[in-house]
Amino acid sequence: MAMKEIRLHGRGGQGAVKAAQLVVRAAVTGGKQAQFIPFFGVERKGSPVFGYLRVADEPIRRKTQIYTPDMLLILDDSLVMLPETYAGLKEGGVIIINSTKSAEELNIPQQAGTVAEVDATAIAEKHLGRNIPNTTILGAFGKVSDLVDTETLFSTIEEIFGKENRKCAEEAYEAVTIIRK
Amino acid sequence: MGVIKVLTGNYSASEGAALCRPDLIAAYPITPQSSVVEYLAGKVHNGVLDSNLVQVESEHSAMSVVEGAAYAGGRVFTATSAQGLALMYEPYFRMATLRLPMVMAIATREMTSPETIWSGQQDAMSVRDAGWIQMFCDDNQEITDMVIQAYKIAEDEGVLIPVNVCYDGFYSSHLTTGVDLPLQEEVDAFLPPVHFNHATLDPDHPISLDPMTPGNLLMKYRRSHLEAMKRVPEVVDRIDKEFGDKFGRYYGGMISEYRIEDAEIVIITVGGMTGAGMDAVDAARENGIKAGLVKLRFTRPFPAARVAKALEGKKAFAVIDRSVCFGWSCGPMYMETKASLADAADQYCHFSAIGGLGGADISTDMIYSTIQKLEDNKETKTELETQWYITE
Repeated sequence: MAMKEIRLHGRGGQGAVKAAQLVVRAAVTGGKQAQFIPFFGVERKGSPVFGYLRVADEPIRRKTQIYTPDMLLILDDSLVMLPETYAGLKEGGVIIINSTKSAEELNIPQQAGTVAEVDATAIAEKHLGRNIPNTTILGAFGKVSDLVDTETLFSTIEEIFGKENRKCAEEAYEAVTIIRK
Repeated sequence: MGVIKVLTGNYSASEGAALCRPDLIAAYPITPQSSVVEYLAGKVHNGVLDSNLVQVESEHSAMSVVEGAAYAGGRVFTATSAQGLALMYEPYFRMATLRLPMVMAIATREMTSPETIWSGQQDAMSVRDAGWIQMFCDDNQEITDMVIQAYKIAEDEGVLIPVNVCYDGFYSSHLTTGVDLPLQEEVDAFLPPVHFNHATLDPDHPISLDPMTPGNLLMKYRRSHLEAMKRVPEVVDRIDKEFGDKFGRYYGGMISEYRIEDAEIVIITVGGMTGAGMDAVDAARENGIKAGLVKLRFTRPFPAARVAKALEGKKAFAVIDRSVCFGWSCGPMYMETKASLADAADQYCHFSAIGGLGGADISTDMIYSTIQKLEDNKETKTELETQWYITE
């Protein structure tokens, strides 16, 4: 497998960093190479947070930002207003987004391939009582992508964040809808 | 065989330090270093690590406390960044010139002003003439491995100089990946408990150390310090081999080389930009450009002989710095690379490239543009203007 580059977009407090670190852990557990670099702006709750996640079979050498992602993982749909959110998405690139809006409302770019949507906020609030959609959106990630083994991902979520977070991921795995193919 | 753990760069430094069983750790939190010592404090609190952890009120105190403990014969560790390093400069210089070995991690960060907390190597570069050995890591594995090797280098009886293990703030300090963590018994066998022959502080046998020293005697100490620095490359090579034989990872000593043998043009890197540099070299090779890379692993002492040899017979080189050299309109490692070539620099096309200041990225494309510029000018034997990685 050639290296896959995933860019995360979230807001401070949503747990984007922890989610990506979980993917790295699950990938490494499965014998793959993986790397995550968070990019903090001003560190405060609610401000936009970026993250750069790479998964590959071969060692990953570059430690740079991601300019042409294979996949976008968007934890907050208000971020699609920012030009940098969809910037550089590869032709046929995958978008996984925490939203209930239509593809038109989300202004999905022309070049996007599969677009998967899940109401991660509602699922997280149901199980955790708070809008921390990180482990939930990983359920959608597990369904849409085959970069990491789903059971390894779910057991890693349970190991680090407990049973309720695993339930979030499992529910999102079932609830995710493909709004464009 | 070690155990694979998923760690940030900072935790990789902490794990390396913990495996060396420091007697004392003191540090003051500063972004992006803070989690190095938080993680160690957790280990001490949980009883996994038997070290004295001293909470201090500033970096000046942190360095002073570890200095006292090293004076008393202990193995000590601390970590800092940027303004923290600036604040500790007075005991920092003294630590080296007292010839007390220790290891300090620097998660490198841009210096203020303009106000910033993000990545850059200006902090470590600004203190490169304070008597410490300085080395820069590329990936998390190297951070862990080099903290362990650094104690062995620092404590070598022919050296007795403290070591900075530097790695890029955020781009490495906050990068999460898998690290092959050596086992405690393997590290114990590699790194014996610290033992000094020099006079030590002992409250039961009070003596006065480091009294006022007149110029002539002071110069003898300085000369001895410089002579010890000259022995460092040989010690680094020996320890690199010893480490590689034991743990299976060799780093090349003072520098490492990539696709250099038949290269016409060479880029020279420092720290975490190296990975992207190797990817850029591969991309250039695919396009028929004979590119290679030299990574400066140690910057103090500067590996002049190795760099000059690596560049022998090449046509062009550029040095990429993540900091500036005020006064020379270029990056500091470029200036020092040129110094190590002396008059032979005229045989090359060469220039300084500066990027990644204040948290900016040094992308593979940026490095490729440097390679392309060298390729386009490789027959000219001239020095070109400094290239800035500034995007409009």
